[in-house]
Amino acid sequence: MTAVSTSAPVSPSHAARNRRLVTLLIYIVLILFALFYLLPVFLVLITSFKSTENVSLSRMWELPSTVSLQSFEVAFNELRSGLLNSVALVIPGTLFSSFLGSINGYVLSKWRFPGANIIFPLMLFGMFIPYQSILIPLAEFLRSVCVVPGTGGAACEMTLFGNLLGLILTHVVYGLPITTLIFRNYYMEVPDEMLEAGAIDGAGFFGLYRHIVLPISLPGFVVVIIWQFTQIWNEFLFSVTIAQNSPTVTVALQNLSGSQIVQWNVQMAAAFLAAIPTLLVYVLLGRYFIRGLLAGSIKG
Amino acid sequence: MGRGKRDRIVAILMLLPSIILLAIFVYYFIGSNVLTSLTDSNVVQRLSQQPANYVGMQNYESLFTGTLNGRFRIDIINTIFFTVLFIAACLSIGLLLAVLLDQKIKGEAIFRTIFLFPMALSFVVTGVIWKWLFNPSNGINVLPTFIGLPPIDFDWFISQERWFEFNWQDFPVIVSIVIAAIIFAVGVYFLYKQRTPTAYYIIGFALLMSVWILLGGAASLNGLARQETHGFNLALFALVVAATWQMSGYTMAMYLAGLRGIPEELREAARVDGAGELGVYRYVVMPMLAPITLSAIIILGHISLKIFDLVFVMGGGDNLFIDMPGINMYFTTFRGQEFGVGAAIATIMLVMVATVIIPYLVSSLRTEEVNS
Repeated sequence: MTAVSTSAPVSPSHAARNRRLVTLLIYIVLILFALFYLLPVFLVLITSFKSTENVSLSRMWELPSTVSLQSFEVAFNELRSGLLNSVALVIPGTLFSSFLGSINGYVLSKWRFPGANIIFPLMLFGMFIPYQSILIPLAEFLRSVCVVPGTGGAACEMTLFGNLLGLILTHVVYGLPITTLIFRNYYMEVPDEMLEAGAIDGAGFFGLYRHIVLPISLPGFVVVIIWQFTQIWNEFLFSVTIAQNSPTVTVALQNLSGSQIVQWNVQMAAAFLAAIPTLLVYVLLGRYFIRGLLAGSIKG
Repeated sequence: MGRGKRDRIVAILMLLPSIILLAIFVYYFIGSNVLTSLTDSNVVQRLSQQPANYVGMQNYESLFTGTLNGRFRIDIINTIFFTVLFIAACLSIGLLLAVLLDQKIKGEAIFRTIFLFPMALSFVVTGVIWKWLFNPSNGINVLPTFIGLPPIDFDWFISQERWFEFNWQDFPVIVSIVIAAIIFAVGVYFLYKQRTPTAYYIIGFALLMSVWILLGGAASLNGLARQETHGFNLALFALVVAATWQMSGYTMAMYLAGLRGIPEELREAARVDGAGELGVYRYVVMPMLAPITLSAIIILGHISLKIFDLVFVMGGGDNLFIDMPGINMYFTTFRGQEFGVGAAIATIMLVMVATVIIPYLVSSLRTEEVNS
């Protein structure tokens, strides 16, 4: 360390004042940034609580004179089916991918087999690809799978394309890399001795999972479920291409904002409504959310 | 381990469904997409159930050199400028906020929550809100007037201004020079760091490349017949601000996790050696954050290379000043029904992302093996 201070020693009171000044400066910078991050929230809140006759672009930054829930009412009616579709999508999508990820992570961390070192990165690659690069074959594949056979002349009444079924399958599959990664890293921390003890007692693959691994998996499941919930709820590309007949909340919001006739206070209220579920999860379970976030950068 | 062989087979069987699903949905689909990109597949053939014709690399060639495909070249330029600015903004803001929050600040948790909450939102929500904030006549442009300053005079995402204009025909030369310069810099860095023969090879390669450029090798890669002007579209600033608003908290969280991982004894030791607070950062903290910076660059880079939702909401596919390959692919394929061309754009996107991600995956899993 060469940075030896050569300046004359400062008096303690002087140093203390300097430190206070630095602290003050730090707070000023932090508060300015906080204002930047909160600015859109402020705009959404003041706009969506204005009544329609009170809304004009030129008075964008004025506070509402009276609090009105009118725009939320309109926005909710516009988004209702999108919200319902997203709920119907996010529950099975999250649960299936989390459960499969848990099994995969258990296998990859506790049942190392030859070739696992090659298979695992190949699985992980799936979470980084631009989904455009699989979109055309995916759409074709979903179209080719018939769920409800047609009656009379029609070849097929319903395929996996255009509805939530195909979208659920898609989210489960492309969610596998991250859920597997998080669970694998989580189970790596579980000492092998714990499983050895169970194995001596005669437990097999499922017995060890059921009685030793699963009971300590709750924090892992919380991280993964939060992560998948947020991802699936917020996703747009898959929804807009392969599930046009059942628009999810993001697609409904985009349609609303792209339309010329919708008042912008309604658009703000709609953005707010679409954000509430993931925001609630973030505020209530932020610690686990950040853990999932950092797991995405592999080493965490 | 004393667990039975039969159970080991059960374990592999339980992993098998996921492996098969990913093999189909990732690798088979990528292969199938590449094959489609080599055909002239379009809506007419689809409707008439005719097979598409194999056209080789024609779709790729026309994307880079076809007169009608200028949009794709705009996308490439936009992606480059957006990626650089977005990464630079996220890294600097993320690092600054992390270091400030690391100063044992009161209310740290509140600040952290505020800086990170946009990560919980959808890019669609972000786009809808910022679209209004960027409204030139009433949005954030008027904010300075509240404290007596003149309003900002900038049209944000509908701006048509352009900086650094250049001719696309010079693009191969420009890119080659930049790449050669980067390779040269890396070589010099290695030479300075450890004096291994590899450093000389790298510098030698950079010099060889320079000779190739000087002899006109790079210029000969141009295939565009006519002059075509491109440049840095200032409208991209709007995307950068919105995307940075959303993602800089992520970089902050990564840096903060890194800072918390540095043992206090290390800093204390530096202080005992006489380092001031700045010296502690310069000589102890920053070197330990370097790997995090690399991870962050790769994560942010692959996000910006495939950005879609935000641009879709703000530009709707019509605003070429903020257009990106992901948007172009969507409209070419699902609106224009040009499946061959769309697949080619998608394949180029995949190659861009893979060059960033594959080395990262390999090195990151290798260090893990060494550590465990």
